[in-house]
Amino acid sequence: MSVLNSMGFAKPPPATRIVVAMSGGVDSSVAAALLARDGYDVVGLTMQLYDVGAVTAKSKTCCAGQDIYDARRVADRIGMPHYVVDYETTFKTDVIDKFADSYVRGETPVPCIMCNQTVKFRDLFKAAKDLGADALATGHYVRRIMGAHGPELHRAVDPGRDQSYFLFATTRAQLDFVRFPLGGLEKPAVRALGEELGVHVAAKPDSQDICFVPDGRYAETVKRLRPEAARRGEIVHVDGRKIGTHDGVIHFTVGQRKGLGAGGEAEPLYVVRIEPETARVIVGPKAALMEQSFALHGVNWLGDEAAPGGDGRAVIMKLRNTHTPITGTVFGDGAGTARVVLDRPEAAVTPGQACVFYDGTRVLGGGWIARGGASQPVSLNLKRAATASA
Amino acid sequence: MTAPVSYLDYNASAPLLPEAAAAMTATFALMGNPSSVHRAGRAARAVIEDAREAVAALVNVTPAQVVFTSGATEANGLALVTGPVTASAVEHPSVLAWAEAETIGVDADGVIDLPALDNRLREFPPAVVALMLANNETGVLQPVVDAAALAHGCGARLHCDAVQGPGRVAVDFQALGADTLSLSAHKFGGPKGVGALILRPGLELPAVIKGGGQERRRRSGTENLAGIAGFGAAALTAGAALKDAPRIAAVRDAFEARLADQAPQARVLGQGAARLCNTSCIMLPGVSAETQLMRLDLANVLVSAGSACSSGKIAPSHVLTAMGASEADFKCAIRVSFGPGSTAADLDTFFSAWMPLALTAAA
Repeated sequence: MSVLNSMGFAKPPPATRIVVAMSGGVDSSVAAALLARDGYDVVGLTMQLYDVGAVTAKSKTCCAGQDIYDARRVADRIGMPHYVVDYETTFKTDVIDKFADSYVRGETPVPCIMCNQTVKFRDLFKAAKDLGADALATGHYVRRIMGAHGPELHRAVDPGRDQSYFLFATTRAQLDFVRFPLGGLEKPAVRALGEELGVHVAAKPDSQDICFVPDGRYAETVKRLRPEAARRGEIVHVDGRKIGTHDGVIHFTVGQRKGLGAGGEAEPLYVVRIEPETARVIVGPKAALMEQSFALHGVNWLGDEAAPGGDGRAVIMKLRNTHTPITGTVFGDGAGTARVVLDRPEAAVTPGQACVFYDGTRVLGGGWIARGGASQPVSLNLKRAATASA
Repeated sequence: MTAPVSYLDYNASAPLLPEAAAAMTATFALMGNPSSVHRAGRAARAVIEDAREAVAALVNVTPAQVVFTSGATEANGLALVTGPVTASAVEHPSVLAWAEAETIGVDADGVIDLPALDNRLREFPPAVVALMLANNETGVLQPVVDAAALAHGCGARLHCDAVQGPGRVAVDFQALGADTLSLSAHKFGGPKGVGALILRPGLELPAVIKGGGQERRRRSGTENLAGIAGFGAAALTAGAALKDAPRIAAVRDAFEARLADQAPQARVLGQGAARLCNTSCIMLPGVSAETQLMRLDLANVLVSAGSACSSGKIAPSHVLTAMGASEADFKCAIRVSFGPGSTAADLDTFFSAWMPLALTAAA
């Protein structure tokens, strides 16, 4: 048998078709250029996700923004075929609407994960297969490493760039097909490669925030999509006192300290809980923010052994992308929900964010943090869970 | 890598004819401005007037009726700017841009509803009726002669966008009964960026681009000499190329026969109507046009779908929508358009790249 090429296929690069998801940014452009340099049959696809004009409240245009133009020019320069695929409808349904609904439910969503799960690794995945591709490559900073039991997902070499948090929901079938050419590189090296390979976006600034929310004004976007979310309500202290009013739960996230209008309080107050049903924002001192146990839904497991069951599995985990990893135990029910019991209480466990499990650099999976300690989807072995965490 | 390319997108643009390329190249040696009095100016002027005669002959008019423009979009604008314009629902966007929002519908094969046009004209007579000679997406021919009679009956002009006609069907301005007609050079082997508006004798329309008074004050600006020379050369060839139309029709018909045989679930849109000899608009249920186009392109087969906007994404086709196609349908339609360079070998290339999609969808 011949040796495998750098993408893991037993054939020469020119006979290996790799579809690259090109956003028009530096990273995916360099990923495409690297693969082209290595001789692969590279095809670029850029997703049209939303009407740039409509989002920025300028005139509605059929035309794409600068990013599609940039992606096309990079592909021209590399000399590779490039196409725009229209996922506006599915992006609206699966990402933008869900993002708004999540805020309305009092959560703080991570739309980039929703996008990876749907338009990128479902629709673009299918498009790549339709084009006869052997693999789909993206510019994510994350590593896919062949292990004894198949491909594993690992944190990027550059810790400041690692995007593994956003890819926890990648399924095994997806992991089998996707490639991440940049996972082993540091960002400055990627920029340098961009210069070297003539990728003219090499100096382009990194994209920030959420692509469809101009200027980071989430509340404005949610209000436009779900006007009812701007319902006024009360700010209530955990001790039961009403301490003020607010212009809608969408302006708050768990752990938030600013904008509560609670000047006269003895100690700093934080958002502890959001109750969208009554439009109440519950605030309290830092101590009230601490939680040791919470539920997950939409759990994905990528470990070699069976997914955690009632006996629990100790893992390292991140509760936000920028979170310093902490330790705890996951108790699964085998049906997509789980309960996490942390070794130490943690502040601001935020519904809507992902809880991502790691073992060293390896991503073992994760799940979405559910609202409310009261509704506990996982009841099995909680007693043991409590014991284990003691 | 120089794999053979099957170019099956003549309705978007035809390859430049060698005659046109030669005529254009020759103009690069001409230093004069066509408006200059001296010999260099006269030499350039002669090139333009030779081309004007060739274009006039192509559509059976006198040279004085030909106004050179930057293309059919500009010609359509010149003809329609004075409005109000009643147009068919399947016109090109450069016509619809000037038309009343309520257009005249078409039947399931894409032919204009003449009784509906008649009713509209009686109720709200416009200044201009716009009806294309042949549709760019389906190749369906329109009853321009009948529409012209209806238009004239209510005192309106008839404008005909005849861009898809030359080289494929006889374009006789007089026989059509049109008052204005637009042409584009690159659809039949001329260069891109040049076209013409044909005017009925005696009809004067306001100039939009004003200045030096070129083109009998109808369109100012120093003439696109190379483009016009290429246009003229292509017009000479296109007139003669009409005899090639039956051969092109045979290729197209063989294509559709093979389609019916190998992918019976596919449909040819507009097949029930009289069509251009070269166009097939085919719909493969369950496979998006996007996917078909990419897959074909990667196999060196070049076709189009609907009207691609500048982002490259495929916008819903207003033509197929007007024909009653559902969104699921028109998202799966592509246009295959043949030309003088097309042969049976192109069909083999097409089907070897396209059949896997049809078989996957059928499975």
